[in-house]
Amino acid sequence: MSKPWVSIRRLKAFGMLGMNCRNVDFINRYNQRKHFPLVDNKLKTKLLAQEYAVPTPGLKFVVREQHEISHIEQQLADLDSFVLKPAKGSGGKGILVVTGRQGDQFVRSSGVLIDITDIRRHMSNILAGLYSLAGSADVAIIEDLIAFDDCFLGYSHEGVPDIRIIVFRGYPVMAMLRLATAASDGKANLHQGAVGVGLALDSGRCLKAAQFGRPIKLHPDTGCSLSDIRISGWRDILLLASQCYDMTSLGYIGTDIVLDKFAGPQLLELNARPGLAIQITNGRGLLPRLRHIEHMSLNRRFRAEQRVDYSMHQFAEESSAAQSPDAG
Amino acid sequence: MNQKWTFHTILILMALIGMGTAVMRHLSAGTPFLPGQAKSVWLVEARVDFDTTGGPVSASLSLPDAHPPGFELFEEQAASPGYGFTVLGEGDNRRAEWTKREAEGEQSLYYSAQLVESDSDGASAAEPVFSSREYNNYWEDAQELAAKEVLGLARGKSSSPLSLTRELIKLLNSPSSQNAALLRSDTLGQAELLIHFLNRADIPARYVMGLYLEDARRRQILTPMVEIYTEQEWLLVNPKTGDVGVPPNLLLWHRGGVSVLDVSGGKNSRVHFSMIRQTVPAAQLAQITKSDSIFSRLGVQRLPIEEQSMFKLLLLLPLGAAVVVFMRVIIGLKTSGTFMPVLIALAFLQTSLVEGLISFVLVVAAGLALRGYLSRLNLLLVARIAALIVLVIFMISAFSIIGYQLGYSAGMTITFFPMIIIAWTIERMSILWEEDGPSEVVSQGGGSLLVAVIAYLLMQMPLFVHLTFNFPELNLVLLASILAMGQYTGYKLSELWRFRAMDDL
Repeated sequence: MSKPWVSIRRLKAFGMLGMNCRNVDFINRYNQRKHFPLVDNKLKTKLLAQEYAVPTPGLKFVVREQHEISHIEQQLADLDSFVLKPAKGSGGKGILVVTGRQGDQFVRSSGVLIDITDIRRHMSNILAGLYSLAGSADVAIIEDLIAFDDCFLGYSHEGVPDIRIIVFRGYPVMAMLRLATAASDGKANLHQGAVGVGLALDSGRCLKAAQFGRPIKLHPDTGCSLSDIRISGWRDILLLASQCYDMTSLGYIGTDIVLDKFAGPQLLELNARPGLAIQITNGRGLLPRLRHIEHMSLNRRFRAEQRVDYSMHQFAEESSAAQSPDAG
Repeated sequence: MNQKWTFHTILILMALIGMGTAVMRHLSAGTPFLPGQAKSVWLVEARVDFDTTGGPVSASLSLPDAHPPGFELFEEQAASPGYGFTVLGEGDNRRAEWTKREAEGEQSLYYSAQLVESDSDGASAAEPVFSSREYNNYWEDAQELAAKEVLGLARGKSSSPLSLTRELIKLLNSPSSQNAALLRSDTLGQAELLIHFLNRADIPARYVMGLYLEDARRRQILTPMVEIYTEQEWLLVNPKTGDVGVPPNLLLWHRGGVSVLDVSGGKNSRVHFSMIRQTVPAAQLAQITKSDSIFSRLGVQRLPIEEQSMFKLLLLLPLGAAVVVFMRVIIGLKTSGTFMPVLIALAFLQTSLVEGLISFVLVVAAGLALRGYLSRLNLLLVARIAALIVLVIFMISAFSIIGYQLGYSAGMTITFFPMIIIAWTIERMSILWEEDGPSEVVSQGGGSLLVAVIAYLLMQMPLFVHLTFNFPELNLVLLASILAMGQYTGYKLSELWRFRAMDDL
């Protein structure tokens, strides 16, 4: 139905950002190595976020040593639901979501029942560094479960939908919604088969959607039409993303934000090497927007609100223009 | 922009310096650009080690004749600080002698010779001397009896000294013969045993030590051989196989005289050999010693041979590294572990491609199966990898032994693979399998192997081996290209496929 490749000329016309260009021109240039631990360690990110009054899911406690695991049930006693995750995990690895209890057993988000020994083993694996990037020792974080917003009903299989926003020098430049599918096993990672829905920067409505690098119209599990998606409270979400720049001093980051039914947008984690698939879900390349921000004479005193307003205005027209042929 | 210009200028300069130096080396030292235009020269280095016992020290090492069969000696030197050095004797009886009044601790003496391959038959003129008769006396009665019987049997089946020798070797090798077993259990080696028999049969025979020349070998020892005197000439016989004649890669090091090495004033003396094959054009061959050109002084060839063998491999590494950079940055191939493919390629250089590939895939596949069990044991990560290393070593030993028993000596080559790297590869692959499924394992594992094979194919090409070793400065060109690729911000080839959906949107 279509060619298995796209020409370099076409990619340039779209302004697609390639991996080499991202690494050399953006990550190496705008992200200082010394700031990486702030985002590679979710515990550090969380503590930093609390310092800057950026909302994140509430931290219950941290397990740092193997010996704490043997009497962990006392600490879990008054938690009905929680999320257990490695501080240095990447790509959604090692995240255990408990949604409730049934007698002595815990109910996972998939509905599977597990008992305390399973939780102990999982914690032990986390501490040993099974999920951390270089296999280095890690700590386990136990935090509040997100009560995910009703607006995503029917759009996600098991996992929590999250919103990925690329923030360049404090300016949001592109956004997408990531929906877990059966193929992605409840994870919100595009390369594992999650659906990515490109979001217009001015309004938070759906632009295009893709799974496995191919365009789609309906959620593969639930059959809901993806083009109806429109995120409410969009400006607040962008604001939250933009604040992460002040927080970390990293020029080029991906922010992962979830919507809590009660507490509103929450920062889940940050990524100093955000992926490139967001461009496919938006149907446009990042490069023109990045170069635009890069060539702007930056006024350091711009606050997050001003930056968000600028992005919503500057990148709005392009977004709706990109969408109009689709709608028509 | 300015910064980019300086960077590019530096790169171009670097490449130019590399190429310029190579060209100047070619012009001044005459090193050829292509392999094969040159003669091969064997650099053989003998190293004598011993511990002093105090007092004056003298060491004497048997040396090859100036024209050993198949070779021509054109240059020899000794390097041993503080020692007096002379070469005594002539022909088969040449010996090197080191002497020193006072020496303390461990001593290492070096003798190195440069030999050109030639067609000389190197016939030894020495008349046979029956001095070795005295060997005969120390056989016990039972052995004496057995020897008589063996000799009788061999005599019955042979007609000439040569055929008698062959029959004797056959009998001594035969596993069923009790007589042979009785004699073999003696402390004598096969060569000495054979000489006893030959002397008994009144065939002049002598004990010879040969050195098998193989490129870039270190810590080699001499192989005992036997020469018999028949029809006015000495004939070399391999006492193990019975093959007659000098094999092309065998250098006859010791042909006459008493012993290979004599040390007085020292104990624990031993000698071992390093060797390397160099390609030197005929012109350079003649003036290699006189050439004080800066290039020949700055060449790797001036290092001790043991180091040179290592450099031969070391100088190939940049090529492998450049291949990895190219495949990852420009092509966009996924590999498991950044430079694991180069290490695998190095291992392939030692084994050979097909055998290396088969054994690598076998070990990793078996390791994955075992790792599946380990993951159920709920071990800590460090312990799991340590256990995996032990298992990998077990597997490699098992494969080697089974392979050897089945008659594939190729099984032994598995040991060239870096164990720790294999263990880590298995661990990573296994995690990849659990998290991203077998398809990702196949794609990354296949990617790594593909890169390894490409790197191997380039690294084993005689042209590149020759260029990197003789023109080390060409690695500057590689470095420049690696740096240039490090600044490449264009699309990877794989991204043309990855972003293919852009055309449909």
